[in-house]
Amino acid sequence: MASSPVLRIGCGAGFSGDRWDAAVPVVRTLVRAGGPAVLMFETLAERTLALAQLQRRRDPDAGWEPSLERFLRPVLADCVAAGIPIVGNFGAANPRGAAACIQQLAAALGLPPLRIAVVEGDDLLESLAPQRLHDLMPPAIAGKALVSANVYLGAREIAGALRGGAQVVVTGRVADPSLALGPMLAHFGWAMDDWDRLAAGTMAGHLLECGAQVAGGYFADPGVKDVPDLAHVGFPIVEMHADGRFVVTKAAGTGGCVDRRTVTEQLLYELHDPAAYLTPDVVADITRAELHEDGRDRIAVRGIRGHARPPTLKATLCHEGGWLGEGEISYAGPNAAARAKLAGEIVRERLRSQGLGHLRVRCDLVGVSSVFADDDGRWNDAHALPDAPDVRLRVAAASEQRADVELLTREVLALYTCGPAGGGGVRTALTPRLGSASCFLPREWLAPRWGFVA
Amino acid sequence: MSTVLLHALAHARTGDKGNRSSIGLVAFDPADWPLLVEQVTVERVAALFATRRPTRVARYLLPRLHALNFVIDDVLDGGVNSSLNLDTHGKSLSSLLLTLAIERNHSQETR
Repeated sequence: MASSPVLRIGCGAGFSGDRWDAAVPVVRTLVRAGGPAVLMFETLAERTLALAQLQRRRDPDAGWEPSLERFLRPVLADCVAAGIPIVGNFGAANPRGAAACIQQLAAALGLPPLRIAVVEGDDLLESLAPQRLHDLMPPAIAGKALVSANVYLGAREIAGALRGGAQVVVTGRVADPSLALGPMLAHFGWAMDDWDRLAAGTMAGHLLECGAQVAGGYFADPGVKDVPDLAHVGFPIVEMHADGRFVVTKAAGTGGCVDRRTVTEQLLYELHDPAAYLTPDVVADITRAELHEDGRDRIAVRGIRGHARPPTLKATLCHEGGWLGEGEISYAGPNAAARAKLAGEIVRERLRSQGLGHLRVRCDLVGVSSVFADDDGRWNDAHALPDAPDVRLRVAAASEQRADVELLTREVLALYTCGPAGGGGVRTALTPRLGSASCFLPREWLAPRWGFVA
Repeated sequence: MSTVLLHALAHARTGDKGNRSSIGLVAFDPADWPLLVEQVTVERVAALFATRRPTRVARYLLPRLHALNFVIDDVLDGGVNSSLNLDTHGKSLSSLLLTLAIERNHSQETR
């Protein structure tokens, strides 16, 4: 890409479950603006990658983002025509599989073969000796069967692939903001120790990575924080300058809003120490960051500083985590909460008397007390719970043994005839669980790389 | 003096990493930021989350953003992969923070 005063980066998805049509107005806006632009997709939560690894075990060609085709079909031809590269971590546990899918999609759309690059080296199950991996496992998960082990790579390989002319860059696990920083490195040629600029690019990526969350999504509170046309909320676009100043805005002709409030909430989202946001590329510091209004739905961000990147990289290890069992039943009208509470006590007693007294059984009275409460019920003991006209009991427990939690669901079902008066609408679910833990490892152990796929 | 919910003065968003919850709290009106600093203290937040047994509460001040960032350790029943809560991420905990009562004097009310 030739050097230009502004690089635009639009976000087409902020998680695997995001809207399939969100990228369309983003790409339309990027095309109309002209000038260099990149479209990024962030679809890889911690758990998503472990699920992808399980899929790949069953089918060696699978293990990439299941909605990949649905995300790209509406925008791929326009991006190719306008020279807008696409960067996404939709490769999950199988970037080459995702690349093959994209190549097939291009052919189906009548496009010539694309230059698709994959970034690899994040998968520790492939790249580390088993003993070394074993030694990395925190004591809390020692002896567990690992499903996935992936290190968060940085922006360098993405930048290399774009400099090499990639039209699409497919990654597995990379730090989410690196999906945006990579294109900035390629475009502006920032040095890998230009910490202030790397930090600015990282925080711009941080604001983009959750999609609508910076543009009025996850924000509305009717009468307090109203958001226009949230049903068509626009996804964000960053306009980055060579010196690290940037503007956050959103796709034209969409709902939502970008203002100081939405940007501040998202700037702090999942940050711990605001002076030290650790990524593989840089340690970012937002303590002197300033936001300025720059027109409608435009916020200029300045004052982000950076410090030398950490010597280690973070990895997430996922292991098989047994089963979650859940059962629900509703009670309404006079004395509803008392009947729901009694139903929960009956399920507890039934499990205890059948030898499962060791299980931690959680009872929620949805409509009275649920998500604020803790698993051990201390919140419910500490607060006077009111009656309510319409209450849903939810009982939940987890166990290594499927049969244990299956019994829980049977006992909720049996409340129909054996429980309190007037219970209805039983639903039950059994879900396999994944556990996870984090660890840190030296960069020297890894060999991240990028390459074109045939 | 009068009492208002924090919800009337500030907005908030929760994030999670493992068993740790982080909540960004932002004043609607920059002039209210000192009131938040004075009254939304580590001790009050720890008390609000007491039934979740926090092992540490850290508070960071961001005067230029009129914001505070709270980091609350070990309050998610193990986190997204092991909690039995419907809200395994603890996303709703920002709304719990906004239930705090804030005392205002007359000059602060009329602002």
